[in-house]
Amino acid sequence: MALAARISRPFVPRLFSRSFAAAAQPQTFAIYRYDPDQQAKPFLQEYNIDLKSCGPMILDALIKIKDEVDTTLTFRRSCREGICGSCAMNINGKNGLACLLYIEPSSKPIEIQPLPHTYVVKDLVPDLTNFYNQYKSIEPWLKRKDVKAKDDKEYFQSREDRAKLDGMYECILCACCMTSCPSYWWNPEYYLGPAVLMQAYRWIADSRDQFTEERLAWVNDTMKLYRCHGIMNCTNCCPKGLDPAKAIVHLKEQVAETYTDAWKSMMTEEIVKNKGRESGMMYM
Amino acid sequence: MFSRLATASRSAARRAAQRVGASRSVTSSTIGGYEVFDHSYDAVVIGAGGAGLRAAAGLVNHGLKTACITKVFPTRSHTVAAQGGINGALANMTEDDWRWHAYDTVKGADWLGDQDAIQHMCRLAPEVILELESFGLPFSRTPEGKIYQRAFGGQSLKFGKGGQAYRCAAAADRTGHAILHTLYGMALKFDCLFFVEYFAMDLIMSDDGKCLGCVAMCMEDGSIHRFGAHSTIIATGGFGRAYQSCTSAHTCTGDGSAMASRAGLPMQDLEFVQFHPTGIFPAGCLLTEGCRGEGGILRNSEGEPFMARYAPTAKDLASRDVVSRAMTLEIREGRGVGPNKDHIFLHLDHLPPETLAERLPGISETAKIFAGVDVTKEPAPVLPTVHYNMGGIPTNWKTQVVRDAEDTIVPGLLAAGEAGCASVHGANRLGANSLLDLVVFGRQAADTTAELVKPNSPPVTLPKNAGEASIARMDKIRNAKGPIPTADLRRELQVTMQKYAPVYRNSDDLAKGKGVIVEVMKKYKDVGVTDRTMIWNTDLIETLELENLINQAAQEMYAAEARKESRGAHAHENFPERDDENWMKHTLSWLDKPHVEDAKVVLKYRRVIDQPLDKEMHHVPPAKRVY
Repeated sequence: MALAARISRPFVPRLFSRSFAAAAQPQTFAIYRYDPDQQAKPFLQEYNIDLKSCGPMILDALIKIKDEVDTTLTFRRSCREGICGSCAMNINGKNGLACLLYIEPSSKPIEIQPLPHTYVVKDLVPDLTNFYNQYKSIEPWLKRKDVKAKDDKEYFQSREDRAKLDGMYECILCACCMTSCPSYWWNPEYYLGPAVLMQAYRWIADSRDQFTEERLAWVNDTMKLYRCHGIMNCTNCCPKGLDPAKAIVHLKEQVAETYTDAWKSMMTEEIVKNKGRESGMMYM
Repeated sequence: MFSRLATASRSAARRAAQRVGASRSVTSSTIGGYEVFDHSYDAVVIGAGGAGLRAAAGLVNHGLKTACITKVFPTRSHTVAAQGGINGALANMTEDDWRWHAYDTVKGADWLGDQDAIQHMCRLAPEVILELESFGLPFSRTPEGKIYQRAFGGQSLKFGKGGQAYRCAAAADRTGHAILHTLYGMALKFDCLFFVEYFAMDLIMSDDGKCLGCVAMCMEDGSIHRFGAHSTIIATGGFGRAYQSCTSAHTCTGDGSAMASRAGLPMQDLEFVQFHPTGIFPAGCLLTEGCRGEGGILRNSEGEPFMARYAPTAKDLASRDVVSRAMTLEIREGRGVGPNKDHIFLHLDHLPPETLAERLPGISETAKIFAGVDVTKEPAPVLPTVHYNMGGIPTNWKTQVVRDAEDTIVPGLLAAGEAGCASVHGANRLGANSLLDLVVFGRQAADTTAELVKPNSPPVTLPKNAGEASIARMDKIRNAKGPIPTADLRRELQVTMQKYAPVYRNSDDLAKGKGVIVEVMKKYKDVGVTDRTMIWNTDLIETLELENLINQAAQEMYAAEARKESRGAHAHENFPERDDENWMKHTLSWLDKPHVEDAKVVLKYRRVIDQPLDKEMHHVPPAKRVY
């Protein structure tokens, strides 16, 4: 079948017109390796591949190296279209998603490292447990004080109110911003970090949520919120084009506008309510 | 505190036990030279995508001690990539009725769907959508502040007589992302317990055919874990990666389905693979059907909106199989676009840029990155791309797995989502029905389990050597020294499926395909793994996933070759008509041995359930399927 024969050629996506001369286009990659069995000092291993027979993205190169050169090279990946957030890593010094970054041919090796200042499990795989726990701690679900009547349908939300969530709900929790923030490097246990703070603000800005003041009060903390000094690495590297720095500015503004001394007793009540739960708004 | 242990611990289970409190006791033993930890739960969910998360949240809400095992962090599951929306007769845009939705679904399935399950899904749709919204899902809104619903493929009013229906509730073109993140938040709210980056290897079955749980490997330290449970729910998705070009993630490898197959259970309707009309050419990334729902048009090299010829009423919003076939025929007849005339253009440039920015921002970005195209100005290159498996583990409408044509239930085992086959999608799935399928049947799996299992039930007694065969198999693969690299065999499988079972199939190719697939199956015994570690051994994991892919693809090829008719997504050039008299039945397929290198495929058939659950819906009699 003619159509089937055409589809069965090797899958080589060519986006830009690279020269179609017979010569190969070699590119060196210097990739961080760490073997948890040996627990020796990590090092950069160099691999050389032909870009002519490789897809255009950094992830394509990693997969080609793993498939053809070194099957022990280990990294996370899933969707390959920039929506799952698995392949977040540091490429030539900047955090990003390997599947969305083009390979820029260069005479110097392209350096690929895991997300900065994370515990590395193996090669390019970081441990993001702390980040996930912090995300849970801001209670990322709709919280209401009233009970929905039986025949009530959806909560109304005007288009203007819905638009306030644009630029925040799209976060894929890839941790590029978190691990690009020097403040988060120095205080990961206490500072919530840009992604988590932006999600905290996403729920504060949601007109349907009725625990706005409690959420603001909880985040109003010298370590949780005010470790942000406007360094802006977060917005600079977000692979989805989001602006955590701006969300944090709005968050600080709203905290300042809304603050009352009653917040302290409000927080004590919340902690009592959450006693015995594994996490949630229970840390002061 | 949040601090992580500084040493690379070898006892993830002990840490897990510490995190969750001493009340969950974990025992350990040694099997086949590996340290094995035993856990006991009321229910275990395998997979944390849309169906898995909804099931886990529902189970915890019912008070059942639940564990959710997932090989990737929950929000990385491929549900996150779904774009278009979730169907439900909310009647926010026009008058609507769930029975019209059910009719569309039965027709979309080309009368191979089970009407009881379809009724259940469509009737519950408005409720589950409102439930998602009540957990904070940021749906797009109408000017009245209600949930926005867009037009989607195959959706009509008044049983097909009232024109296009607008019943696909959407969050811009990131509905799957919104749903998965909302469900994850829901799971967090209920304090669900996750075992993240644990690769489930096999089910544990009793001698009398009951499911007792599963055995999984912790990727972080290579420890083996046996989970005993009164109810095991498989929600592991499809196997799109059996094809060369697919919209699926690298992780879509049919793991749960293959596990059931190795346990001697049948798969159903695997020959029905959906080719989504608009996957970006050549990258394969998805451009949602919502593009066409918002007014996008497919054009050939002559600039003609050719769908008007193939589907006069629905045009570009016909059922996906109809559109994919139309595109394939256009290319075959020489009207493809591009230098090789091998794809089609999707035009969005006639739509107002504000509409694209508000309703389709995600795909605008995707088209820019993967096709270099600005959709406000130029058309996007698209080609039908493998997207979804209508088939899966056969279940009844309550998600209980059945093991034969007589609907004998497998006690203790349920399946939901793309991994299951209830069957709501029959021979072809309508767009935006899958996200609905996940949430409805994820919830149903939890509800069915709650009917059958009491909270804090006494622990399941696992046979002493449970999982021994699995562990031995994993050990053998980990030490495999064969000459064929995993990537090479995987590529061979993908080329085979793409070549012999594409959009249009024919007798010659399918017969050849069967022969080639048998070779691929046999070659698995010669596969070689280089990485010998137990920690994050992705070489090993990918090789185990390859076995799962081969397991499913072989059954698909045999089922496709046997079905001598065209129905839904299975287009057979030698039998171009639908044959209700001989073929209105589900295909059941088995591997006669657990391991692909020794196995042969066996086929049987099972009747379609054509009667609804109750009187609220009329039976939809078969009719000619025209759009």
